[in-house]
Amino acid sequence: MSDVSVNQIGAGAASRLTRTRPTSRHWREAVVKVLLVASAGVAVLTTVGIFASVIFESLVFFREINPFAFLLGTHWAPTSDPASFGFLPLLAGTLLITLIALIVATPLGLLSAIYMSEYAGPRVRNIAKPLLEMLAGIPTVVLGFFAALTVAPLIRNTGESLGLSVASESALAAGLVMGMMIVPLISSLSDDIINAVPQSLRDGSYAMGATKSETIKRVVLPAALAGIVSAIMLAISRAVGETMIVVMAAGLSANLTFNPLEAVSTITVQIATLLVGDQEFDSAKTLSAFALGLVLFFFTLALNYIALRTVQKYRQQYD
Amino acid sequence: MTDNAVYKQHLAKRYAAETRFKAYGAAALVLTSAFLIYLLVDIARKGWPAFFEHRATIDVTLSAAEIDAANPGAADFSAIVKETWRAQFPEFTSRGDKKKLNLLLSQAASDDLRQRVIANPALIGQTVKADVLLSDEADLYLKGQSQEIDKAVLDKVLAAVPVERHVSWRLFSNGDSREPELAGLRGAIMGSLFTVFVALVLGLPIGVAAAVYLEQFAPKNRWTDLLEVNINNLAAVPSIIFGLFGLAMFLNLFGMPRSAPLVGGLVLALLVLPTIIIASRAALKAVPPSIKEAALGVGASDQQAVFHHVLPLALPGVLTGAILGLARAFGETAPLLMIGMVAFIADVPKGFTDAATVLPVQIYLWSDLPELTFQSKTAAAIMVLIAILFSLNAVAIYLRKKFERRW
Repeated sequence: MSDVSVNQIGAGAASRLTRTRPTSRHWREAVVKVLLVASAGVAVLTTVGIFASVIFESLVFFREINPFAFLLGTHWAPTSDPASFGFLPLLAGTLLITLIALIVATPLGLLSAIYMSEYAGPRVRNIAKPLLEMLAGIPTVVLGFFAALTVAPLIRNTGESLGLSVASESALAAGLVMGMMIVPLISSLSDDIINAVPQSLRDGSYAMGATKSETIKRVVLPAALAGIVSAIMLAISRAVGETMIVVMAAGLSANLTFNPLEAVSTITVQIATLLVGDQEFDSAKTLSAFALGLVLFFFTLALNYIALRTVQKYRQQYD
Repeated sequence: MTDNAVYKQHLAKRYAAETRFKAYGAAALVLTSAFLIYLLVDIARKGWPAFFEHRATIDVTLSAAEIDAANPGAADFSAIVKETWRAQFPEFTSRGDKKKLNLLLSQAASDDLRQRVIANPALIGQTVKADVLLSDEADLYLKGQSQEIDKAVLDKVLAAVPVERHVSWRLFSNGDSREPELAGLRGAIMGSLFTVFVALVLGLPIGVAAAVYLEQFAPKNRWTDLLEVNINNLAAVPSIIFGLFGLAMFLNLFGMPRSAPLVGGLVLALLVLPTIIIASRAALKAVPPSIKEAALGVGASDQQAVFHHVLPLALPGVLTGAILGLARAFGETAPLLMIGMVAFIADVPKGFTDAATVLPVQIYLWSDLPELTFQSKTAAAIMVLIAILFSLNAVAIYLRKKFERRW
């Protein structure tokens, strides 16, 4: 800021001395500055726009449907007559699939990160890192196709050979594939966090005679815990907001169940299916998608905010 | 037991735990890689056959009586091809058998011949060798993917006329179709190109400008703190919410056309904006402050220092970020479902406001169809999409490696 004003004073003085008008450069730079600020403002406008559009349509919805009936209802059937908009089965389905995904992704992601940062030589790292990045780059519609056409039949056949009844669109298939989707996210975030733990802590532990795994388990991981927890929170927010895998591999029927072999529906599945096809903005059916969007928006926002704050706080610890 | 023995036993246990732990880590990596490889192999195995089609070669007489040389397109090529086709097999006489024969032929067989004659009217009056496309059922049988066909009829046909496997260029030159053997990706690919172009043209300059402002000019105050938090949060908003926003804002409020690449591009531009901003900021941050200071020292203005010196040096990083954003935009599906890019559209879009679909949405649409050929084509479309994404990433990695600079 200060050197800008010094420049401006300098330019002003120069123009007074030489009795010339401010050059076109000054005008141009003022315009450029306005453009730069406006560009940064687009991000804010987007957030405001998202917030406004979701909340506005939701308010229209809640004028018709009691918010408590929405948040605490146990029956979701927006297309039947009379329609009912109980949100709990969707929440249960979303959490069930997210939970399955986390059970898969947390150990895989964390152990991969530990292996890559603490054990692997550069050769293994040079192969493993691009592979993980590749997995992260696979579009979710592809993972959804894989979940629906390969994983789901596999689970159903295995379940049937064990004498279990498995729904053709089980929560397990969607959850497993979603878990594989977030492995790269957890592993790359954890990798950064583990690398940020100062070497002196490890050296201290080795000096006490601890083995490498003891050092990792008792020194590095506790030191990185806050960061790892926030990585997992970011992963949860990714899983909750993921749409295509569940649209293709999980069902439409909103069952209130925690059995992973049954079909469940999620918040994102309902948003996607409610808004494809006819779109009259005055029907409760269409508007309910925005109410679901509102819940989803705040849920992921809160998770991200807490996670980012935790990471920032944690980073400062060792800086 | 002596102390020494206890100690040794304990140590052995600890070493075993060490080995186990290391093995867990390696197993996690192997498992993840195995999943990725299985996924890619499974899709390649399913999709590979869709790049080929089967055509039979028959002699067709293009009599001048049936085809008007002045207007060859109007002739009934369907009847000509069907008659010629049935004439190849005089042993089929019953109505049922003739119907089965017709079922082996795709409706594109006559369209191909029509195009050929329109392109070269001199053919009229001659007898030409024509490649006629077989129907999807016959094609699936010949590829060994399905048995759902009258084998006796097909075997006789195979004995009488030469049937060969060709590369199916149709997959890239046709738009979507209800006929499985005719459905192609051209509409979806063009739609993707239009959409991503809009996203890039809007997203890249705005993203880079925002990054330049935040990294180089923004004062440290509450407003910029808010901006930072805002951008980080925006990066984590689920993509489907962007779709809701696009629907409520662009379609409902501004009355923009549904299913248009223009609207899709707008939504995707906002979606990839945080990615581009974050990558560009990292690239700008990596340029040492001494560069800017040197420029300021010889009398450059603040903006001259940034635009003439800092930004060009940060450009490779900025480009890498842009390409990664581009890859994300190419693979995004959910928000585009919201703004109606999910309809069945047979025509190839010609502009930014034509109704269109994009490659990932086409994959979603085809994956829902019951025909086996569509399943195979879905996997083929995935192969095309993944090939595009991997080449984009390869370019990004190449740029990063080539221009990487340690200060």
